[in-house]
Amino acid sequence: MRCLQVSNQGLEERIPSYEELEKLENEEAGDRPKWDNKAQYMLTIVGFCVGLGNVWRFPYLCQSHGGGAFMIPFLILLVLEGVPLLHLEFAIGQRLRKGSVGVWSAIHPYLTGIGIGSMCVSFLVSLYYNTIMAWVMWYFFNSFQDPLPWSQCPVNANMTGLVSECERSSPVDYYWYRETLNTTPDIGNTGGLQWWMVLCHVSAWALLFICISRGIETTGKAVYITSTLPYVVLTIFLIRGLTLKGSLNGVKFLFTPDMNELMNPTTWLDAGAQVFYSFSLAFGGLLSFSSYNSVHNNCEQDAVIISIVNGATAVYAATVIYTIIGFRATEKFDDCITGNILTLLNTFDLPEGNVTENNYDHVLQSLNGTHPEVIQGLNLKTCDLNSFLSEGVEGTGLAFIVFTEAITKMPVSPVWSVLFFIMLFCLGLSSMFGNIEGVLVPLQDLGVFPKSWPKEAIAGTTCVLCCFVGLIFVQGSGNYWLALFDSYGGSIPLLIIAFCEMVGVVYLYGIDRFNDDIEFMIGHKPNLFWQITWRFVSPTIMFVIFVFYFVTKVQETPMYKAWNPESDNFPTLEEKEYPTWIFAIIFILAGIPGLSVPLTAVYKCLRNRCCKKDNEFKQDDLNTITKQVHLTDEATKNKPDIPETADGR
Amino acid sequence: MLYRPKADTIRRRWQNNSHICFFTKPESNLCWVKCTKRIACNKQLHDLQHGQEGMLVWVLFLLCQGVAPALTQDLCQRDAPNGYKVRISLKTALGEDAYEWNQSEMFFFRATMAFAMRRHFQMETYNVDNIILCVQTSRVSFWFVVTSPDNATMLIPKADVEKAVRMARHRINNAFLLSDRTLEFLGIHPTLAAPVNPDTPPWLIVFGVVIGAVCAGIIALLVSSLLQKRRKEKGMTEDGQDEEDMQVKGVENGINLDGTYNRGFTDDDRFTKL
Repeated sequence: MRCLQVSNQGLEERIPSYEELEKLENEEAGDRPKWDNKAQYMLTIVGFCVGLGNVWRFPYLCQSHGGGAFMIPFLILLVLEGVPLLHLEFAIGQRLRKGSVGVWSAIHPYLTGIGIGSMCVSFLVSLYYNTIMAWVMWYFFNSFQDPLPWSQCPVNANMTGLVSECERSSPVDYYWYRETLNTTPDIGNTGGLQWWMVLCHVSAWALLFICISRGIETTGKAVYITSTLPYVVLTIFLIRGLTLKGSLNGVKFLFTPDMNELMNPTTWLDAGAQVFYSFSLAFGGLLSFSSYNSVHNNCEQDAVIISIVNGATAVYAATVIYTIIGFRATEKFDDCITGNILTLLNTFDLPEGNVTENNYDHVLQSLNGTHPEVIQGLNLKTCDLNSFLSEGVEGTGLAFIVFTEAITKMPVSPVWSVLFFIMLFCLGLSSMFGNIEGVLVPLQDLGVFPKSWPKEAIAGTTCVLCCFVGLIFVQGSGNYWLALFDSYGGSIPLLIIAFCEMVGVVYLYGIDRFNDDIEFMIGHKPNLFWQITWRFVSPTIMFVIFVFYFVTKVQETPMYKAWNPESDNFPTLEEKEYPTWIFAIIFILAGIPGLSVPLTAVYKCLRNRCCKKDNEFKQDDLNTITKQVHLTDEATKNKPDIPETADGR
Repeated sequence: MLYRPKADTIRRRWQNNSHICFFTKPESNLCWVKCTKRIACNKQLHDLQHGQEGMLVWVLFLLCQGVAPALTQDLCQRDAPNGYKVRISLKTALGEDAYEWNQSEMFFFRATMAFAMRRHFQMETYNVDNIILCVQTSRVSFWFVVTSPDNATMLIPKADVEKAVRMARHRINNAFLLSDRTLEFLGIHPTLAAPVNPDTPPWLIVFGVVIGAVCAGIIALLVSSLLQKRRKEKGMTEDGQDEEDMQVKGVENGINLDGTYNRGFTDDDRFTKL
């Protein structure tokens, strides 16, 4: 497809040649870090991809879009969109052996914006993601007591009854919104810093710092635990869940296929978005991690394996979650029916055991015939198992409200609570490794920090800075800010960046050169499937998803759900509109990473026009820590009589 | 109805050997009350005490219960102003081990209530007879009122009964192997258990442990990296002398440089740091 290729001058100088790569490989020269073994690399990538989304987003999507039928769009898009993009990132990182900024500026200086965009998105996501870790830690700290603090309402000040806010909603809701978040009724009301959350926040960042302080040297060790422990815990929960009453109701509810959902375009779009976000593409972390691999690592095989593992984990986690949700729904249903039966017995003074779950409907009907006004006055609740099963089961609501409630009903609750929150913490921490990698390596590539600083200092400074900025999320209104960052900072920019990545590699770097590279690295050219998906299918899917999301987001008035004890529908969350100044924040969140691609291109273009000096030495600005062996060779070739200037920095 | 007339009355009647006779079994305080017509035993006794006679009707202990002393009829009724409704859920509480609710249990309840009243009003001696039950249903629920030991027609006000019940609630529950939820006095809400407030919230303890471990980790990390750096510098300065000679030789040979120019040793700063 040479006709579609944009001319790319100077590419050869910016990237290491095959000979240089072989030299690097054989002599083990170079100060770029390396993985100790393949297992570390695979575990890190699996940990990065398998995150909280697999546990609390995928099961909800699966259940709401026709259960088993959702697997079809999910798997199709996994193959057409997820695997090609993953292979592309792995291959380009392994070939060019730099972080995201380095890779894109090597491909073409005007594309540096892609790297910067990735860095910005990784930064924004790291900020709020670690706050979720702080929340998980808070619940973990509080799990070491029996009874669990969210199992019952606290008594009010004068000991006459339960706290009113708790009585009207439920103990788990109250614990989450009041005792954990201490949430304010709207986003404009900051509510001040919550000291207990600040402590958890600081400890989350401190723990992260330990794990990333020396780059992959430390994360490589940490992932042995953080990537494997979730699977162990999921299995334990599966076994426990299957032995609970009503678990199979949940699994059935999850997987019952509804083929009509396949006609709905939203199903396909949600599946595509889920595949995309689940693979953590366009963050720059995957590029970085694969650049530490040896040159001849089989990235094609890795991409396929990781995709399969990610998909399988999502399905496995969904099953486990829904066994527990089925149990909770059945318990609530039983409580509801028992409550109604008791009311009937008490009103009509019938002996106990006269009305059971089996004859409840029959008895109710006959009583309704004889005493209709009395029955009306009783306000009996309608008990429907399906409505309990489909109650708010995604995101933080799933983990901190629904699941914690289910845990209180299990025997030996503190043990399950501890296990569950350790699992969530490990899932989140391993994803954070990738996010922070996507921030630290570009910062080093851009030369923001002085070269003399050791890795620990750079990591430490970044962590301290993020910790400070992240204090927004531990205020009273922090929950709303987090939702804002999540929906605007972590969605649209990624789609833009991923689309630009594909286009950049296929058309600017050159798909033919890319094929040759892969042949050099793994021994055979990528087959027809990869060619078609890289050139047409995946970019098209990205574009379609992006357009859909953009149009939807722009059309709807941005609303958020607030916990307001004074609202009429309390305990249902109140839908509120964002105040007008939030739009500036939304623009910063979504616009800056997305616009960084064209803006950097324009900036570089202008700079090039202004200063037409030795462009080769201008490349030094983009020097990364990795040795630019060929550059110094160039320098010595040009000026052979003054070898001392070879260290020309 | 179990009625224990005053001791001197019995003796008097028995001695006079009139139509009306009172028997007693001293050990059990039971007696047969011989009444004329269906008038209140109380009134009859009063009349008898004052030497009046009426028609004789033998009323057995069991029959008296069926009559449900007409006097007490108007005292104890559904929605009585000074009465409480009690609801018992045996099957919910005990499941398979649930005992049957029969007359003995009712007696036990009255005895327990009399105990509660005695406990509260320490001066007055309440008896089983002071507790009157009515409106029993198969739900197992009934109403009860409490009469004063001095005057059987006078009811103890609701507030006092409530206080007595509250004080002895725990004992009453345990007597029947029930709980606040399964033995309900409608209108008397169970007092909530005082919340246990530990001196240090448990979460702070776990937090302290974790943050201690993290700090120890950070310190260990920083110390180890400092040591590594020092070791590297020491190693470099030792080899530095030989390298300098080699480098000089390389320069002398001019372009005859073999291999890749290793920039690791061009950083002169390191060598001057002795």
